[in-house]
Parts: sequence; C-alpha cells; structure tokens
Amino acid sequence: MIEVRDLSKVFNGRIKAVDGIDVEVRSGEIFGLLGPNGAGKTTTIRMLATMTKPTSGQAMVCGIDVAKDPDSVRRCIGIVFQDPALDDQLTGGENLDFHARMYGMPRKEREERINEVLRLVELSDRADELVEKYSGGMKRRLEIARGLMHRPKVLFLDEPTLGLDAQTRRIIWDHIMKLNSAYNITVILTTHYMEEADFLCKRVAIIDHGKILAIDTPENMKRSLGGDLITLKVKDAAKTASIVRSIKGVKQVKRHDNSVSIAMANAGSRIPELLKKAESAGIEVESIDLHKPTLEDVFIHFTGKRIRDQEANAGDRLRERMRARNRR
Amino acid sequence: MNAIYVIWLREMKKYVRNRSRLVGNLAMPFFFLTFLGMGFNSMGITGLPEGISYLDFLAPGIVAMSLLFSSMFAGVSILWDRQFGFLKEIMVAPVSRTSIVIGRIFAGMTSGVIQAFLILAICMLLGVRIANPLGAVASIIFIVLIAMSFVGLGISLASKIEDMHGFQLIMNFLVMPTFLLSGALFPLDKLPAWLAGITYFDPLTYGVDGLRGLIIGTSHLPVVLDFCILGCFCAAMILLARHLFNKTEV
Ligand SMILES: Nc1ncnc2c1ncn2[C@@H]1O[C@H](COP(=O)(O)OP(=O)(O)OP(=O)(O)O)[C@@H](O)[C@H]1O
Ligand SMILES: [Mg+2]
Repeated sequence: MIEVRDLSKVFNGRIKAVDGIDVEVRSGEIFGLLGPNGAGKTTTIRMLATMTKPTSGQAMVCGIDVAKDPDSVRRCIGIVFQDPALDDQLTGGENLDFHARMYGMPRKEREERINEVLRLVELSDRADELVEKYSGGMKRRLEIARGLMHRPKVLFLDEPTLGLDAQTRRIIWDHIMKLNSAYNITVILTTHYMEEADFLCKRVAIIDHGKILAIDTPENMKRSLGGDLITLKVKDAAKTASIVRSIKGVKQVKRHDNSVSIAMANAGSRIPELLKKAESAGIEVESIDLHKPTLEDVFIHFTGKRIRDQEANAGDRLRERMRARNRR
Repeated sequence: MNAIYVIWLREMKKYVRNRSRLVGNLAMPFFFLTFLGMGFNSMGITGLPEGISYLDFLAPGIVAMSLLFSSMFAGVSILWDRQFGFLKEIMVAPVSRTSIVIGRIFAGMTSGVIQAFLILAICMLLGVRIANPLGAVASIIFIVLIAMSFVGLGISLASKIEDMHGFQLIMNFLVMPTFLLSGALFPLDKLPAWLAGITYFDPLTYGVDGLRGLIIGTSHLPVVLDFCILGCFCAAMILLARHLFNKTEV
C-alpha cells in the first residue's frame, strides 16, 4: 500500500527532519511510527500525504508517486493531523459536510455517509452543535470520522490521542481497531505512547533523528531483547555489569548510573544464583526488579534513552499542555 | 467548479452566523456618516462640487471604506484558518488551489455587495441625495471590483505573512493610508501637488471616484477611466493571490 525509498526532507538546507527512510506498509495493516518529539514523524506523514514535497527519495501511496500525482494520492488517503484542524464556528455535521463536498460526493451519498461516520464515532446526537462546544475527545473523534468520510484506502493518524485522558484514549483505540477490521483500511499512525503502539500496531518502526532504527512487530522486537529483564539497583554498576556478563544465559547487559539491566531467559528462576554471585563479589544489591520486556525497553535499547523521560525537557511538556488546551 | 462553491458556502454560513461582525461592519460606516458627515455638513465645507453637500460627497467614500476594510479582512482571514489548523483540511482535499482562491474572493465579494447596499440604504435614510437610481444600481460594478481587488490583496498578503503580528502591521501601514488617501473623506484636487500625486497610486481612489460618479453624479475623472484602471488592478490582484497562494505550504 505504501512504499518509501530513501525518503528525506531537509528544512532550510540544514535541518534533516527525515533522513533516508525506507518503509513498506502492507494493505490492511496498522503500522506505527514510534519516536520522541522532533523525530520526524509528522514530517514523514506530511510527505506521504502530499502536504510537503520530499527533498529526495521516492514515496508511493496506493501505488501512486506522491511527487508526480498528488491529486490522485489525496483522493485515496484520509488524514487526521497532529494539531486540531476543525472549524469550530461550524457544527460537527457541517464540518463533515464541508469535507464531503470538497471530495465531490453527491448529495444522497453525502447525507448517508455523514450519518454513518457519526454513528461510528458515537457523535450522532451532537452533530448539530458547534464544534466550539465539543470536548477534546469529541473533537478528535470527529476528526477521525472526517478522515473516513470519502472511504480512503489509507488513513494517516498523527498522534491520534495526544493530550487525551486514558479513558478517551481507550475509546479512540477501539474505534481505530474497529475501522481497521471492519473496513480493512490501512492505518499509519504516529505516536510516542508505547502502550498505544503496542496495543494497536501490527508492525512498528522506531524512528529517531529522522532515521528508522528498527521495523518489526512489537512481539518480535520485545523477543529480540532476549528474554525477561532484570534490573539490579547497585552502588557499583561497572563491577556488577562485568560480573553479570560472565553468567551463563545472560543475553544482554546494560549499565546505567546506579543500576544494571540484564536480559535473560527464565529470569525468575535465576535470581537466587544472580544474588549469590553478587554477594560473593561483595556487591550490595539495593533492590531488584523483574519484568517482561515492553516496547519501552525496546526503545531504550535502540535509542539509548527513554521516549518520555520523567525529566522530559520543560519545553516539550509546555508544548503538550498547550496542545491539550487547544483541544478542549 | 464545485470546490469554489463549497469554499464560498462555508464563508457565507459563517458570515450569516456571525451577527456581531455583520453589525460591526455596519456600525463604523454609520458613525462616519452621521457624526463626521453631519458634523462637517453643518460647517459648510467649501471646495465641494456644485450643489453637493458634504454628506452626499462622503456617502460613496464610506461605501468604499467599508468595502476596503471588510474585503481586506475577508482575504487576510486565511490567517485564522492557518492558526486554527483548518487550512490543512482545505489544502489536503483534492481540489486546485486556484478554486480555493476564487471561492474566497467570491465569498468576500458577495458579502461586500450585501454590505454596500445596506450602507447605501442607510445613506438614503440619512438624506443623501442619489443622483440617478440607475446609476446607484450600476455602482455594483465598482462595488464588485473594489471587493475582489482587496480580497485578492488580502489573500496575497496572508500567503506571505505567517502570524497575527503581520496582520496588525497590514492594518496600520497599508489599509489606513489606502483609505485616507483615496479621496473618501475629502476632494483630492485641492491637495498639494506632491500629495495629490501619491493619491493616483492608491487603487481605491478610482473606486471612490467611480462610485461617486455613479451614485451622486459627479466625479473627478471619467467613470470609464476609473473602471479601466480599477479593473486592471483587480485582475492583477486576483492573479497575484492565485500565484502566492499556490506556493504556500501548511
Ligand atoms: N516547517 C518546518 N521548518 C523547519 N523545521 C521544521 C519544520 N517542520 C519540522 N521541522 C523540524 O523537523 C524536525 C522533525 O519534526 P517533526 O514535526 O516531523 O517531528 P515529530 O516526530 O512529529 O515530533 P512531535 O512528536 O513533537 O510531533 C524537528 O527538528 C522540527 O523542528
Ligand atoms: Mg509530530
């Protein structure tokens, strides 16, 4: 459905927002672009949706080259932008009506379709209210409904749940799953929520600094780390790491400031052995944590950082709050 | 074709719905006519064409003024769509940029015509003497040209500036001089030569003059000449708007 070859976008001749990515998305798939702020997710989507021209490389969407025939690509895709893109001086129904007319849908089909998508996102009873009066989640659902109006084959969702609360997020996830299975729409979504990528996506690409670091199913990615993850909190991380490395069955060892994370199969039954070794080497273990690997761990593995650090820089957090507010 | 209508329809829905803008657009001309018009009227201004009161003289100028302001605003309001993200929704649709521009120009023109005739009605209520009813009806030609010109200019500017600060600059440094130098408030032929020279570069001068010729039956230049110059300016603005808007990205 989508084929991307060596696609790049350079802004102002120096900012490499997207740096030679190759991706293939199959028909009917939910595909995720997972990456931190500024990774190049939105820029990638914008190129695929013909909103901005690639600096180099090629992108085929629905079998059409985005640079050669943008109009045909536009007919084939639907998109929900990262930032709100509704006219809040119009009602929900009018926003959908505008969209349908822009896509040249005849009157009868238009009316039927508006009712259909409104039902799908459970907004039928609010259709005649000004969008101004909608909550953030309702606006997002309306935008998703709008993206579906003209029956696109491919739907782009740029951070569909950014700034929404957990409950609303779940509702939107359900809608996305429903459309994918009921209408076989190919969905490409970007997110920096790990759970979202894990829950929704058949395959995920991890993107950072404009480059794709890995593409696979979430399961395979987690498995590739080599079993369960043990985190030991210790004073002397360097010494611990070197001792742990010599233990049989340990797949990977990562040293942090005052902890060591270890990937190994059946980690639970190996903890006593691990502790014994540590004790005999004179290492004091302060605490121990054992868990199945998550996408977060995968992400740390590939990028060397957490996607949303607790100490996320203030600018980013401010930006998110602003966005969340705009949604309201 | 269809897209032009859809864009137009959206603008009209919002225009009709936005009562305060509608009233606001009529309030300023009304104040100008009553307070400024009546004020100077009673002073007995000299230098006006024979048999024309200041209020008569002012009326076409105020029609032009309201068209200038509301049309510029209609064009520049693309900035609001950009700000609120709706421009992305418009731009990702499979329609040509040109039809988006034309739709907006037509919408600005429609509301301009409605507004201009409402103001003309107010003028008549205030006792402005219309020279010839047919002429007043024919003034729609100038009303349309003024509206389309400045919506076009507004779109062009909005395609070039990114934010709201630019909007303030435009209003202060472009719209106000255009209005004041157009001869809407005073006759241009008594101005010092250097200033009179500048007024000939103000496109609204020809709009005001044309309206005056048709509505109160006296003009500085031949109305046909006004028409030709304003027509050329209008065409240029539409082409410019199309060109610049085609190049914008959202
Ligand atoms: N129009 C632009 N002009 C200049 N630089 C840009 C522009 N758009 C994006 N960038 C830069 O390109 C990089 C990638 O931005 P992009 O919006 O694609 O990131 P993202 O992955 O969507 O991030 P986020 O999670 O914050 O939405 C950033 O460094 C950004 O500053
Ligand atoms: Mg983004």
